[in-house]
Amino acid sequence: MTTLGFWIYLMSDCLIFAVLFATFAVLVGNTAGGPSGKDLFELPYVLGETVLLLLSSFTFGAGVLGARASRKGQLLLWLGVTFVLGFAFIAMEVHEFGALIHEGAGPGVSAFLSAYFTLVGTHGLHVACGLLWLAVLMHQVVRYGLDGIAQRRLACLSLFWHFLDLIWICVFTFVYLREFL
Amino acid sequence: MSIPNHGHDATASHGNLRSYFAGLLISLALTLAAFGAVMTGKVPHAARLPAIVVLCVAQLYVQLVYFLHLGAARSQRQNTAIFICTTLLIAILVAGSLWVMHNANVNMMPMSMSAQDAINRL
Repeated sequence: MTTLGFWIYLMSDCLIFAVLFATFAVLVGNTAGGPSGKDLFELPYVLGETVLLLLSSFTFGAGVLGARASRKGQLLLWLGVTFVLGFAFIAMEVHEFGALIHEGAGPGVSAFLSAYFTLVGTHGLHVACGLLWLAVLMHQVVRYGLDGIAQRRLACLSLFWHFLDLIWICVFTFVYLREFL
Repeated sequence: MSIPNHGHDATASHGNLRSYFAGLLISLALTLAAFGAVMTGKVPHAARLPAIVVLCVAQLYVQLVYFLHLGAARSQRQNTAIFICTTLLIAILVAGSLWVMHNANVNMMPMSMSAQDAINRL
């Protein structure tokens, strides 16, 4: 039942992202004389971020399989790899945001950039929360072992982590690629 | 690929290493195809938007099946039903917003005067 409840939470989160995507779609043309996405975004960089997230989804799955087989070492190893990949993703995103603000394309420049930073930033915030949760869960498994509680929390975090992948697929398609059509 | 039911709850239906690996490979292929369609210039301009939308939906489907294990299996039916309802809500919300805002833009009176002019006329 816990995972069903968590799934319902994720679906409500999905609605938040839907609203942010709709807002972005409405405001994407309103650059107020400032730079458009085509001037700012670098697709190879975004492709790098995407590959990191996709790999992290696989490594998380491998960790879950380890947990199901009650192999604590395998679980911790794969969760560690997932953490590193997720952290690299966040580092790339923070670097990207920093570069944009440095170029004078911060969130206050135009409605387009406000919507962009809100949408992509909300996703990034979710990934950062996922990383925190991942670290706490790894600590819990080390300290208290791989009991039923840890298994259940792992199942919820697994849903959360894969769900963020789904959001990112929509982000790179409708925010980044759409600019270059 | 079906795993014997051990009496777990909804998350119990999960993949094996092979299905996770397949999910990863298909996702990577679809991602590269989407970026390739836009970056290489080999796809005609008119076909690019449909191409990336189709690739996006395909990848969402692949991830839902391979990573989130949604499906018609008994243990997953509730999750799948809730997901389908949410998809419907999202479709209404996003399409509705775009439709309404597009109409608002099209039907707005043309503004030949600037905001400052309007203030000066008061």
